[in-house]
Amino acid sequence: MLALVIWALASPVAQAQFRVEMSGVGASQVPIAIARFRDEDRYGQVLSAIVRADLERSGLFRGVDAREVIDEEAKPTMAQWRALAADALVVGSVTRLADGRFDVRFKLWDVVKGAELGGQSTLVAQADLRLAAHRIADYVHEKLTGQKGVFSTRIAYVTRAGRNFTLRIADADGEGGQVALNSAEPIISPAWSPDGRELAYVSFESQKAVVYVQDVVSGKRRVVANFKGSNSAPAWSPDGQTLAVTLSRDGGSQLYLIGRNGDNVRRLTQSMGIDTEPAFSPDGQFVYFVSDRGGSPQIYRTSVGGGGAERITFAGSYNISPAVSPDGRTLAYIARQGNAFRLYTQELSGGAPQLLSDTSDDESPSFAPNGRLIIYASRAQGRDVLMTTTLDGKIRARLVSTSADVREPVWGPFGR
Amino acid sequence: MSFKRLSPSSASSVLLSAICAAALVGCGSSVKLDDKAPPVENRTATPVDTTAPAQSQVTSVDLTKGSADTTGADRIVYFDFDSYTVRDDARRVIDLNAKVLAANRAKRMAAEGHTDERGGREYNLALGQKRAEAVVRALVVSGAAENQLEAVSFGKERPAATGSDEAAYAKNRRVELTNR
Repeated sequence: MLALVIWALASPVAQAQFRVEMSGVGASQVPIAIARFRDEDRYGQVLSAIVRADLERSGLFRGVDAREVIDEEAKPTMAQWRALAADALVVGSVTRLADGRFDVRFKLWDVVKGAELGGQSTLVAQADLRLAAHRIADYVHEKLTGQKGVFSTRIAYVTRAGRNFTLRIADADGEGGQVALNSAEPIISPAWSPDGRELAYVSFESQKAVVYVQDVVSGKRRVVANFKGSNSAPAWSPDGQTLAVTLSRDGGSQLYLIGRNGDNVRRLTQSMGIDTEPAFSPDGQFVYFVSDRGGSPQIYRTSVGGGGAERITFAGSYNISPAVSPDGRTLAYIARQGNAFRLYTQELSGGAPQLLSDTSDDESPSFAPNGRLIIYASRAQGRDVLMTTTLDGKIRARLVSTSADVREPVWGPFGR
Repeated sequence: MSFKRLSPSSASSVLLSAICAAALVGCGSSVKLDDKAPPVENRTATPVDTTAPAQSQVTSVDLTKGSADTTGADRIVYFDFDSYTVRDDARRVIDLNAKVLAANRAKRMAAEGHTDERGGREYNLALGQKRAEAVVRALVVSGAAENQLEAVSFGKERPAATGSDEAAYAKNRRVELTNR
């Protein structure tokens, strides 16, 4: 029933860190051929392979093998591609300019109608050739599905190798990872600012949990919450001006709102138990969170103006790590069943929990900005790994690190 | 033809400017600020390294206070599964450390809570915090002052024992008392 597709991305670049393994078949997938772009293999990134892997991971496309080199000037023979059962064809080229930049061009063909669907030319630095490929995949995704792709967005995650903890930022396919923070002490709970320029996270570098915000481009950091006790679980408000955090400064773990520079601290919840893992609703009106006020950890929500909390999850005795979809309709979370911790979703308008994974140590779900995929951490073969899944659970991809345990993934916003 | 004789002072100034010129040339060749064309998009994530200790760090070892301090096993309080109450068998460790704190009001300690590996990182951080706060309360009841203590948590991030069995879990459900 499940088809298993495994391939290694053909990337000669040493920084390539992940292997992507995919399983599953979606209900309806567009068969698409990505021809080899003219001169694409001369500059370290095989663009057509990146475009194909992106589109397949979305669950909405199925790659049709295409070994031919075709550029955007050519007039491809449609009958040939129809014979291969491709509905769409992407062709293109990579040209190095005198100033060292690259002109990346592509054209998208509707094979069935034999018509051009559009194309683009972009100038990029060599370091952005991967980004150019992801943007092509985004263009194709939007043209053929009507929805924005997320291939040119970024993810942040934490790796652990021995006693070394590293906060990294990578392309949405896990490739091209760069170090944001390296520490001998744990780093947890990274969170992107809504504009994608900053990361909030919890670092234990001072032998306790302290919330920092770091500018991604400059590396400049500031302490946002360092009160007596533990400071953790940062979540950005949609306008980027406020963070919800968990503080123990007044005893117990409770939710507070705090300005993006650590100013204007206000207590949000008042309970005798644990309140933690806040997550704003996309409209900024509610904060979803985990509380054991009812005897076991469950997901609740409260208005940002304070007041009572409404319980959201009821099934089972351990539901944690809420993430709300960008359209505000779906809740993703982790539920314990026996000894297994598994990724679930639940419609916020009501409805039964839906199991999305077949692994047993799932953690930290985070929605892609178009709401079509969820990234989460899990374990496989004794290692911490990152997974992506479609919302119906049918297409899962595993981002396999070659050198370290990977955890705490969080998907960045649109707009790079 | 006559040559103007250089005065000693003007000779040295010529020499000085020659050195300066050489230095400038050196500078010009080693720092190429505009070596590369500016990137079309800046995607650089600048790393911050906190692994290196501060160069001026000095760790004090005070042998004169050795007898008045506690070490090793005298600094650890263990907890039952899913429990946040200090067990009776922790009485000795609590009393010992409360006595040390009561005898020296300038002394500061942290109670660092830990959990086993099961469950979410943030929720475990809150559970470890609950354990640490229970130990702080027990120490205060036994004579320590509130302002000598800080309850913090590492959740499941810093296990004492690796492994996914009950023996490892039992060693990891703990509060460690450390000097601050």
